[in-house]
Amino acid sequence: MELLAVFSPLAGFLIAFLFGRQVGDKGAQFVTCAGVIVAAIASVVLFSQVNLADAPYSRVLSEWIVAGDFVANWGLRIDQLSVVMMCVVNVVSACVHIYSIGYMSHDEHKARFFAYLSLFTFAMLMLVSADNLIQLFFGWEGVGLTSYLLIGFWNHRHSANAAANKAFVVNRVGDFGFVLGIFSIFLLFDSVQFETIFELAPQMAGVQLEFLGITGPALTIIGLLLFVGAVAKSAQLGLHTWLPDAMEGPTPVSALIHAATMVTAGVFLVARFSPLYEYAPEALMVICVAGGLTAFVAATIGMTQFDIKRVIAYSTMSQLGYMFFALGVSAYGAAMFHLVTHAFFKALLFLGAGSVIHAMSDEQDMRRMGGIWKHVPATYVMMWVGALALAGMPFFAGFYSKDIVLEAAWADHTWFGMFAFWMGIAAAFMTAFYSWRLILMTFHGRQRADEKVMAHIHESPNVMLMPLVVLAVGSIMAGSAFYGGFVGSPSDEVVMRDGQAYVSAWNKEHFWGESLHVLPQNDTVEAAHHVPLWVKALPVVVGLFGIFCAYVFYLWREGLPERLAGALRPVHQLFYRKWYFDELYDLLFVRGSWSLGLVFSKKGDGGIDRFGPDGFALVTWKIGALLRRMQTGYVFHYALVMMIGLIGIVSWLVIRSGGVVAP
Amino acid sequence: MIEFPVLSLMTFLPLLGALFIMTVRGDGEEAARNVRHVALYTSLFTLALAVYTVGRFDETEAGFQFVEYYEWIPSIGVAWHMGIDGISLLFVLLAALLTPVCIVASWESIRVRVHEFMAAFLILETLVIGTFCALDSVLFYVFFEGSLIPMFLIIGIWGGPRRIYASYKFFLYTFLGSVFMLIALIVLFLEKGTTSIPELLDDPVGRDLQMWLWLAFLASFAVKLPMSPVHTWLPDAHVEAPTAGSVFLAGILLKIGGYGFLRFSLPMFPEASQHFMPLVFTLSVFAIIYTSLVALVQKDMKKLIAYSSVAHMGFVTLGIFSASVEGVQGAIFQMLSHGLISGALFLCVGVLYDRLHTRELGAYGGIVNNMPRYATLFMIFMLGSVALPGTSGFVGEFLTLLGAFEVSTLFGTLGATGVILGAAYMLVLYRRVVFGPVTNPEAAKMRDVNDRELVVLVPMALLVLVLGIFPGLVMHRIAPSVELLVSRYEAGIHQSGQDAVAPEVSNAR
Repeated sequence: MELLAVFSPLAGFLIAFLFGRQVGDKGAQFVTCAGVIVAAIASVVLFSQVNLADAPYSRVLSEWIVAGDFVANWGLRIDQLSVVMMCVVNVVSACVHIYSIGYMSHDEHKARFFAYLSLFTFAMLMLVSADNLIQLFFGWEGVGLTSYLLIGFWNHRHSANAAANKAFVVNRVGDFGFVLGIFSIFLLFDSVQFETIFELAPQMAGVQLEFLGITGPALTIIGLLLFVGAVAKSAQLGLHTWLPDAMEGPTPVSALIHAATMVTAGVFLVARFSPLYEYAPEALMVICVAGGLTAFVAATIGMTQFDIKRVIAYSTMSQLGYMFFALGVSAYGAAMFHLVTHAFFKALLFLGAGSVIHAMSDEQDMRRMGGIWKHVPATYVMMWVGALALAGMPFFAGFYSKDIVLEAAWADHTWFGMFAFWMGIAAAFMTAFYSWRLILMTFHGRQRADEKVMAHIHESPNVMLMPLVVLAVGSIMAGSAFYGGFVGSPSDEVVMRDGQAYVSAWNKEHFWGESLHVLPQNDTVEAAHHVPLWVKALPVVVGLFGIFCAYVFYLWREGLPERLAGALRPVHQLFYRKWYFDELYDLLFVRGSWSLGLVFSKKGDGGIDRFGPDGFALVTWKIGALLRRMQTGYVFHYALVMMIGLIGIVSWLVIRSGGVVAP
Repeated sequence: MIEFPVLSLMTFLPLLGALFIMTVRGDGEEAARNVRHVALYTSLFTLALAVYTVGRFDETEAGFQFVEYYEWIPSIGVAWHMGIDGISLLFVLLAALLTPVCIVASWESIRVRVHEFMAAFLILETLVIGTFCALDSVLFYVFFEGSLIPMFLIIGIWGGPRRIYASYKFFLYTFLGSVFMLIALIVLFLEKGTTSIPELLDDPVGRDLQMWLWLAFLASFAVKLPMSPVHTWLPDAHVEAPTAGSVFLAGILLKIGGYGFLRFSLPMFPEASQHFMPLVFTLSVFAIIYTSLVALVQKDMKKLIAYSSVAHMGFVTLGIFSASVEGVQGAIFQMLSHGLISGALFLCVGVLYDRLHTRELGAYGGIVNNMPRYATLFMIFMLGSVALPGTSGFVGEFLTLLGAFEVSTLFGTLGATGVILGAAYMLVLYRRVVFGPVTNPEAAKMRDVNDRELVVLVPMALLVLVLGIFPGLVMHRIAPSVELLVSRYEAGIHQSGQDAVAPEVSNAR
């Protein structure tokens, strides 16, 4: 079953890619969709098996890299964490595959597109089902590669290629940290196998590691290095610059890769390593602060952008921030819960936006939309569902998961938990605001598109709407359905650990089993069930206020946004220009390494040559010329030189012997 | 059981073919075609012998196999002494594999002096296989030095506009380096009274002498590999050499340097290797960072790949001198993988050069539309060069860096920056050549790879992927010999009691 769930997308890829011409567009679409649907069904079966039987298992497929003590296999680890991810990946991927049949119907390279989508799905499945770090890294790089290929899918565009390269290279910066993390783990544990690492982690809690001359707690150093990888992949502040640019890819790609699955790989990584992070409190603190900052900063940018996809992209970044600060306060279950619900509603929003873009003849600028809701009623309803879920309105999926995340942050009772909580509350307000800003600018108000576009406007075909319905159902139901299993219900059971009494939901029957590890004193998910009412209510209140503000700004008082932007010009510019990260990086790294390369190329190699071989040749040539001039042919010249030489030798002998004999 | 002398046969078969080619008369197209076929069949037969050897190779045995011994100059004990172990085995196979590739690649692009060209290539193969099989230091030196000459001619005669400069630079650089090696070999002989490599391996010289000899060998191998800063001959040689020359240079000749480190420096001079490890590591990370940055700004495709070779060889030296099983196995794997990948990349450049006669990046762009198959193959090699997991490039790069990291977190970290830089320059190359809008109408008219090009590129692409997914195919064969090598190194250090003094750079627990 697990083989079916992981490898059928690979089969789809191989057929579509290698025999795309033979099977044709229809054939390629069929095999890839079939592959992913089979995988989706298989992973749901796996989910129920693991859930009901609580029987996680690992299975080794084949040997991969063996050298000395280093052993890495191809293997599958099927436990609660991986089956949840497999379900999310396969279900969303199946929706996106089917949706793409409609969305890409005008494209010339359908076979290639579907092949890449399936390859991505396979790489993501390898990532989540890995039983060792190296295979995880294989998936990690595989999704990076397919993301690169799909961002640059329309490869005749400069901007698409630039975005693809940027995504790859920025992610490589993260990989740099990730690889060092793997090295450190091997140094410490002599293994890259999850089993071994997690088993030994508690014993390593006090161990020191020397890294670049700094000696510190080993697990914290490892935790931070792995987190560098997560920062890049999950677009957290600092290495996030690639994500908005990645919107150059076709919209289904944005939905699948840059919203629902790949960007959550970082969250998965940290959750997977919860048995290690639990003993690295400083690393968790950094993760929490980084998540809080990202949630806030991304939301500020999201409020000011006009490209419909970029708004959703910054929203994704912001929501990922929520997941990370949940991880940072040890609320792994809550983070995974938000990951699941977010996958549904964010994929829904992206595919809905794609439907709008499709209807508007590839227009993405919200300033040239508006007043079209009557023309695309189904899409309009779907976008409402997505926005309600994103804004965390009661009884939609985001309500449950976002609230538990914020409650857990508050319940952590640490300064960074508090910091993340208030950042999260501020972001919740902004989330609701930009969600309705998006809906109002896109669907309501004046019709700002030109007549040619308006003449062509049409609702999307059923093949695109059906996946939207599936995702919409998920966006409504996923929250209430999974709440009990993923984050538990309040318990009064008291457990004793290390001589102290704790109330813990985690020791009761709960879904995650051993796949997530939380020390009893860090059990914020349990504590989150016991927070005051105002903490529970605040996210919804600020969300409603955000929606209200959006109506005031974008429907009832036209022109207000411009006036406000004018009044707060520096702030607006800071947000609109995305806090100047791109400009700064371009100056520091892109131009920096480029000019360094130029200098090295000119001065460096030129210099080596001048003093090395070319210089050597020149000197030889000059000596030769000099010697040639000495060959004058006059006997007395030679005689003179001989005399001088003789005198030289004799005097040297005399001096030397004198030095020896004389006292 | 009586073995037939397969190594000698493998060594001399190409030479025989070369001699035969020289007897083919005539300058016409007919004669040239015959010559090409003779060269191809000779090299394929050699390849078959190499495959046979790999098949018969006992992968549980760490020592030398297929050993042949005939007296040559008995007065000083020099002998025709051949044999291979896990370290040299696959280099022999790689050389035997790349020679037919080179011959096919020159099928149409070499039009003048076809006889001499093919003969030079076969002689080159003889000398290179001899280098890897030689178990006598004099024999090794003869082959090692001899391999310079055909390559010198290949660059100097069939090269580009600046071929004379490039070929002399190549020759002088390498020759100067090997002079030091010759002196070191003489000193070794005077000290130990033998030129037999196995005997020299069993009985290391004293610590002080080790230092000098190690440096002398470094001079030779560092140029050959090449290590920074003595790499400047390589870009020129690559740019001027014909495609096949570049393939063989990058694929095989550079590896002789790495092989030399493994055969001589590390096991014969363990204390010196340990002593100079910081020097090697410094040069290695310098090579990785410096040449990667230089590669980033190149406008000539061949130059870019040439610089990337230097960076990749930086990983090799990191791995070798980490002197751990992981690092050394990674280094060997990296050399084999780089032989395939960079060889294939030069072939890819050759495909374009044959069509448009320029290697300028700017002359291409958007060729994915008219050359989709080419774009796919090129992408596989590009990703191999970037060391994406699943390609052979990853295994070597990862293990060498792991080895270095185990010895020193600082050098491991600095080396790992190559992970970022490598992606940067290769993606720039690929993007500017394959993607983007079509700027040059001539480039848009190029036809896709033909069957003859596919015959070479597809197997190499498959090898890159297969070795990336099942590296055990290689690893199992090299493991026993590498373990022996490392244990020999460690014994050498223990013997002198240096262990207590030498600080472990990092201490995990």
